[in-house]
Formats: sequence, structure tokens, C-alpha cells
Amino acid sequence: MTNMAEDLKAESRLLGIGLPPNTAEEDRRTERRRSPREQKKRTTDLVIYAVLAVLVVALMVPFIWMVSSSLKENNQVLTVPIQWIPSEFVWSNYTDIWTRIPMMGYLQNSLYLAVIITCLQVLTGSLAAYGFSKVRFPGRDVLFLCYIGTIAVPWQAYMVPQYIMMQNLGLTNSFNALILLQAFGAFGVFLMRQYYMTIPDELCEAARIDGLSEYGIWARVILPLSKPALASLALLTFVNTWNDYMGPFIYLTSNRLWTVQLGLRSFVGQFDAEYAMIMTGSVISVIPILAIFLIGQRYFIQGIATSGMKG
Amino acid sequence: MTTKTITPAAAPAAAPAPGRGNRKQARRNTLIGWTFILPNFLGFLAFTLIPVLAAFALSFMEWTSFSAPKWVGLANFQRMLASDSFWVALRNTVVYAIGHVPLTMALALLLAMLLNRKLKGIGFFRVAIFFPYITSLVAVAVVWNMLFSPDNGPINQFLHAIGIANAPGWTSSSDWALPAVIITSVWRDMGYYMVLYLAGLQAIPSELYEAAEVDGASAWQRFWNVTIPSLRPTTFFVVVMLTVSSFKVFDLIVVMTNGGPGRSTTVLSQLIYQEGIGEGKFGYSSAISLVLFLIVLTVTVLQFKIQQRRER
Repeated sequence: MTNMAEDLKAESRLLGIGLPPNTAEEDRRTERRRSPREQKKRTTDLVIYAVLAVLVVALMVPFIWMVSSSLKENNQVLTVPIQWIPSEFVWSNYTDIWTRIPMMGYLQNSLYLAVIITCLQVLTGSLAAYGFSKVRFPGRDVLFLCYIGTIAVPWQAYMVPQYIMMQNLGLTNSFNALILLQAFGAFGVFLMRQYYMTIPDELCEAARIDGLSEYGIWARVILPLSKPALASLALLTFVNTWNDYMGPFIYLTSNRLWTVQLGLRSFVGQFDAEYAMIMTGSVISVIPILAIFLIGQRYFIQGIATSGMKG
Repeated sequence: MTTKTITPAAAPAAAPAPGRGNRKQARRNTLIGWTFILPNFLGFLAFTLIPVLAAFALSFMEWTSFSAPKWVGLANFQRMLASDSFWVALRNTVVYAIGHVPLTMALALLLAMLLNRKLKGIGFFRVAIFFPYITSLVAVAVVWNMLFSPDNGPINQFLHAIGIANAPGWTSSSDWALPAVIITSVWRDMGYYMVLYLAGLQAIPSELYEAAEVDGASAWQRFWNVTIPSLRPTTFFVVVMLTVSSFKVFDLIVVMTNGGPGRSTTVLSQLIYQEGIGEGKFGYSSAISLVLFLIVLTVTVLQFKIQQRRER
């Protein structure tokens, strides 16, 4: 068990996006020892930088294209030769889109769903994970196997029974259907349990002796210790919900309930020649994700690497 | 770490039951445990576990939105095997997997090897390459559809520039639509698998490379004889995840091509959706679901078996 904790720690260090802390020191040592070799290393570094720069620019072409097209007139988007920098920046796309489609409503709907689902998933997930990892009772492990088992079943395989159920409950075409379907995922329980297993039981035991109830231990000992895992789960759930297309596509039929993804897709379907405006909408739909990713990239990558993302 | 994610029960909780043997205490523990699990479990039971079990049962029933459920045994499966659209969807799904799995894996490994070094600012490159994976799928599909425009799209302009006169019609051609989808999904997924490979690469002890260098191994030999064997657990995990995700491909297809042109990109998930939710053939669509599940299960079990044999 401690072994696993160490592994996890090592893992997070390895995956840390920045430089590992001891690199500079190591480099200095090598430099002192073999200077000509260091010289050679510097040239290879330059070559590597050049290769990486070219590669990243090539891989980022879709994003560059997206931003550049969003600032053009429609007839300037698909030109020969390609215009990477718009000859004239059409900033008005970014002001017009709010009146062309109910973009603000779409954003609000996406935000509403993502926030509610994330809160419920994190709360119920961490509670259940505590039950599965720190409280002993008969049948617990069988129950957890049920959770794991459903993770292995593709979601598409049971979407039809889910749909029938929602239809009978009269919940189609409402946010409640999506909230009920997505807020109690097995994935969140699994991710949190993985993390709680690395917290030594002695901590809980000590708190028990101090007279804390199990709920007190969860709230005052475990939750503060599991902030990184909570952050990972919250970020992954938020981004998954924000980006989800199939859920809203199946359940939300009226325009006023649509999320950004549905609104954007329908805009493309109706006005497929409005290239510039479509790209403006795409940029707007990606910006919140970019912001969240940049703020919490560390938690993202840890969460993804420890458990594998849903999907 | 990769093996650990597959065997999550490796470290069973050793919560010492306070007052062991005390029946009252045990009952209290059960009660406490259930109160923790219950909020999640109710939702999980109603909206995941029951639908999963129902999907199995439904596949042996005749049930549409116009008729009451009726037990029909294997009739749904017979109908499915006789149906042309099932075989088209299965074929497309397999072709997609054959394209998507090796390409993503190779590129992810290549990127991880390139990015596995201590350089200033390397973090920026890693983040940039990872970002497509969490970009919303609609935005990705929309942009790539435009990049793939047959007439003046940037990709075909590039192909013309390097001397290819008959550039493909991509999403408007039934032969090239599936490759276009594969290219898009490889671009989108490789950053994620790169992160997994990066973790695998960094777990290889540097002594192995040093020893190989002392023995006079070339860079290529070091790659084949040190890197590749050491990465075997990671590769195993990557292959399982990639294959499973390939067979589940759904939203990308729906948004990018919606199965067209014709039926050239229709996949299994989409067929389940069309038959089950679109046309209300609940029983029949569940039979296709069961096939999808069995394929995913077989692939996973098979790869576990192969991995075990290799390790022996």
C-alpha cells in the first residue's frame, strides 16, 4: 500500500509538465565533467528545438486555421493560395455571433450542466470512495466489482435502455435526464478510491481514537488530503460535460435547452457557407476549455494518467 | 502505473475493523459504509447498472415503440446477421480500428521519444500536443471538415503543391471519408497516448542505456533492445485502450460525416443509435449492442492473454 503511494508520487513527478527540480544541478555536474560532450549536446539541443518547433506548428495548424478564419469574411476563408493572416481583421464576427445565434443561452446551458454534474459527481464520488476504501463491511468488494464491471461495458451498449427509462420518466428534453445519467458515474468513484487507497489507514485510525465520527474523518481528514484528486476529478468531469455531444444530442430537442456543442453543430448544418462565423463559434466554444486546461493542467494529466479518461 | 490501473484491486483496503468480532459494531459499520455509498449508488444502480442488465435481456426480446415486449430468443441475432447494414457497419468499424490503432500508437511513441528530454520549455510542447485531446469534438470536426474541403481546402492545396494532381475528395467521397475520419482522430488522440508513453519512458532506468552504450550498441539497437522491451507494459495498456476506444467510435463520426456519404462511414455505435433511438427498435438495437460489447470484451481478454504468454 505504501508502495503504491510512492508509485503515485513518482508518477506525478514524472508527469509534471515542467522541469524536474534537480535537472539544472545534474546538467552542471555533467558540464564540469565532460565539456566537449556538453558542447555537442548544445548543438543537438538546438536541432531538437527546431524539429519540435516545426512539429508543433504543423500539429497546431487546425487551431491556427480556426483562429485565422474566424477573423475573415466568408469569401476569404477558402482561398487559393491560403491566407494565414487575414488581409483585413473582421473583428465584427465576434460581436455579430451573439445576435446570429443564441450563443449566450447555449453557453449558459453548457455551464449550468457542467457545474451541476461536476458538483454532484465530486460529492457523491468522494463519499462512495470513502465507503469503498476506509469502511469495512460485508459485500463491499462485490459491490465495487459491479462498479468496475460497468466501466468495461461501452456506454453505447446501454444507451437504448437508458433512453427508454428516461422516456417513461418523462424526462427527455430536459436537463434532468443528463444530470441523472452523468452525475453518478462509476468513473468518479473509481478515480477517488484509487487515491484514497494511498492515504494510510493509520490516519483514520488516529482520528477515530480522537473521537471523530466517520463523517468527521471524511470531511476533516480525507477531503483536505485529497485535494489533488478532487481537482483532477472536477476538471475532467467539467471538461467532459462541456464537450459532450452525444448526451445533449440524444436528449435535448428544443433549441432553448441546447448546449454550445449542439448549437454550434446546428449552425453548421443550417449555414454551411458561413465559414468565418462557424469558426468564430468554434473558437468561442474552445476558449473556456483552454482557460481551464491552462489553470489546472497538472491535475488533468495526473487524473488522466492514473485512470484513463472516460470514452 | 499502467499495470496498476488494470488491476485496481492490487492493494485491498486493510481498514482494521474496530472491535473485531463485535456483532453490533459490524452492523454499525455496514450502516455507516452504506450511508457513504448510497448517494452515488442509487444513481449508479438506476441509470447505469439496471440499463446494462436490461440491454442484455432486451437483446432476446422483440420490443419496439409500438409493441409490447415479447421473448423471441435469438431472432434478433438472426435478423442482424442477415442484415446488410450490420455487416457494413462492422466492416467500417474494423477498418477504422485498423487505421486508428497503429497510427496513433506509432505517432504517440515518436512524439514521446522526442519530448522525453530535459530541455527548457519542453513543457510547452507537451501541453500543445496534448491539447487537441480535450478540445471539443464539434470544433475539431468542423475545422477538419473545412481543412478537408475537396476544392480549395488547405489539405488539398498542400497536396497540389507537392505535385499530387488528383487529390482525394475526402469527406465527400465514399472511398476517402473513412481515411479522413481516421486522420482527424489520430490527430486528436495521439497527445493522450503520448502522455502515457512519456510516463513509460521516464520509468526506464538510465543504467540500462548506459550499459548498452558501453557494450557499443548504436542508437537504433538501443531503441530496439532497451526502449521497446522496457515499454512493453505501457504498449500493452495503450493497445487495449486504443482498440476498445476504436470500436466505440461514435460522436466523431456523427458530427463529421454522419455515416455518409451513403453508408461509407456508418459504424456500429451509430447503427445502435439509429435502430434503437431513431426507429424505436429497442430489442433489435440491443442485439447489436451485445455484439459491440462482446467484441470489446474479446479484444481486451485476448490482449491480456497475449501479454501473459509474453511474460512467461
